[in-house]
Amino acid sequence: MALIETQEITRTYQLGDVEVNALNGVSVLIEKGEFVSIMGPSGSGKSTFMNILGCLDKPSRGRYLLDGIDVSTMGRDQLAQIRNRKLGFVFQGFNLLARTSALENVELPMFYAGIGADERRQRALEALGMVGLQGREAHYPNQLSGGQQQRVAIARALVNEAPIILADEPTGNLDTRTSEEIMALFVRLNADSKITIILVTHEPDIAAFSRRAIRFMDGRLISDEEVS
Amino acid sequence: MTNIPWTARLALRALRANKMRSALTMLGIIIGVAAVIAMLAVGTGATMRISEQISSMGSNLLIILPGSTTSGGMRMGAGTQPTLTYQDAQDIPVECPAVDAVAPVLSGAAQVVYGRQNWSTVVTGTTPSMLYVRDWSLSEGRAFTDADVQNATKVCLLGQTVVENLFGDEDPYGKIIKIKNLPFTVIGVLKAKGQSAIGQDQDDTIFIPLTTAQRKLFGTAFPGMVRIILVKAKSTGELNDAQDQITSLLRQRHHIGPRQDDDFTVRNLTQMMQAAEQSTRIMTLLLGAIASVSLLVGGIGIMNIMLVSITERTREIGIRMAIGAKTWDIRFQFLMEALIMSLIGGTAGIATGVGSSAVLSKIAGWPAAVSPFSILLAFGFSGAVGIFFGFYPAYKASLLNPIDALRYE
Repeated sequence: MALIETQEITRTYQLGDVEVNALNGVSVLIEKGEFVSIMGPSGSGKSTFMNILGCLDKPSRGRYLLDGIDVSTMGRDQLAQIRNRKLGFVFQGFNLLARTSALENVELPMFYAGIGADERRQRALEALGMVGLQGREAHYPNQLSGGQQQRVAIARALVNEAPIILADEPTGNLDTRTSEEIMALFVRLNADSKITIILVTHEPDIAAFSRRAIRFMDGRLISDEEVS
Repeated sequence: MTNIPWTARLALRALRANKMRSALTMLGIIIGVAAVIAMLAVGTGATMRISEQISSMGSNLLIILPGSTTSGGMRMGAGTQPTLTYQDAQDIPVECPAVDAVAPVLSGAAQVVYGRQNWSTVVTGTTPSMLYVRDWSLSEGRAFTDADVQNATKVCLLGQTVVENLFGDEDPYGKIIKIKNLPFTVIGVLKAKGQSAIGQDQDDTIFIPLTTAQRKLFGTAFPGMVRIILVKAKSTGELNDAQDQITSLLRQRHHIGPRQDDDFTVRNLTQMMQAAEQSTRIMTLLLGAIASVSLLVGGIGIMNIMLVSITERTREIGIRMAIGAKTWDIRFQFLMEALIMSLIGGTAGIATGVGSSAVLSKIAGWPAAVSPFSILLAFGFSGAVGIFFGFYPAYKASLLNPIDALRYE
């Protein structure tokens, strides 16, 4: 059974009187442990696809099976729980909480999972260690560099042991050297911890770190191939 | 699932991030709560003072005043004619079923002397039932008896003010004082009663047997005459019955024809005082209601600032939703912020209210009584205001679309 399976999903937006198909019958299978990059020009539907994979949005038609469960009919709170347990998000703009230490940012998903204070702290420290941020636990986001902030975000995505990390242009705000470090981290997590990574990017250099590339154009899937 | 200490810490951190804004918002609640407490304290103080005066006067009290006769076509004021007698007073409790007891009074000013001290006071000739009618008791000695009244003995009971002025620290019991140069034996001392409703010192008095006053001190051309008669009704509900029964009895006894005016007046003091007490109570409620309007305005301030805060923190809400916050997690977080603001404001407001009531009663001389009830009320009310006005913003925040919230700049 595939970890992620979309069956003919379509996402329609109502823009005034006009219906716009942001996604048009997309079917994709992603197995556990894959490292997939999603590419395409802006407006191609790749962000909409990511939002649906991330359970932040629901398809207008079609089914989305995550770990064999149909999530396309779930309610708000059920989706929140799926996001909390099965998905880790890494954003282009890092999206850490300001005035909140690195440690507390990483603890946050565990809080919403109802994990006790001691275990939260322990696991958050471990996750920060995994992304190479020992000693920076007490730093606030504005005291960290972009690369370090993105590492905190990755630690936050890892900490609930989610099987999938969804990264939306994670290197978009970073310089080349830092981008490569972050990508190396993703590669390591994918290889060592068998975490499934799905990455949206429009840079071929970044997509080259993945092992499979899916291309979108005008809401349709136009190519799905292995990266050599 | 909801973690109260953690959420409270989160809320405090958010409030600290905007110190000035949070403080100003709390100020609205502080002023509201302080106003409620101070207004209720002033009102309760006034009610308590009136209640004290009512109970010091004696309960269920009627006063019968003589007079208002018409002589030669000229109507005289109440109390101008000596129309009440000791016999009237003796008949009233017998004939009027709603009357519990009566105390006839013949009083006058007199100079009293003890040793080298002298003092001018009101000497009240009355019967032993006076103490019962006025709910007054003795701090020392014994009351005079019906036998004393019958025999017109020269014994007296002293009020506290008289004792202070004549005796100082000396024990007056058994001493002989001179009233209008007649020697009287002090057989008892009255308990202190304080000021009356109109500010008279009720303790500045001497009680003597009625007959002694009539025959030896204030002899008049009308034997058996009394100045006023105090009446105690059996209950508050029977005050009006008592008034009617007394009126018809006295009209009959005084041979007043059907078309003639009464030659006496019955006043219901208790009712007057109760009306005053009632109106003070209403005033208290009114003051409290006006003050709670300012608390309401404070609550609107909280709502306003919470709405601003939620717009500013849309992105934070989006992040929290993306990593798994449920509807109630978000709602609870913002509700907690509103609640903490209103409770901190409420606590500070209670302190301010209690302080300002104390200052008000010191400076303005108004009696102010802060009741634990009003503190509890104000605290509960401010909490309710926080929840009520915090709920809509929290509800609004919890229904944001996570995608839009994450994209919000």
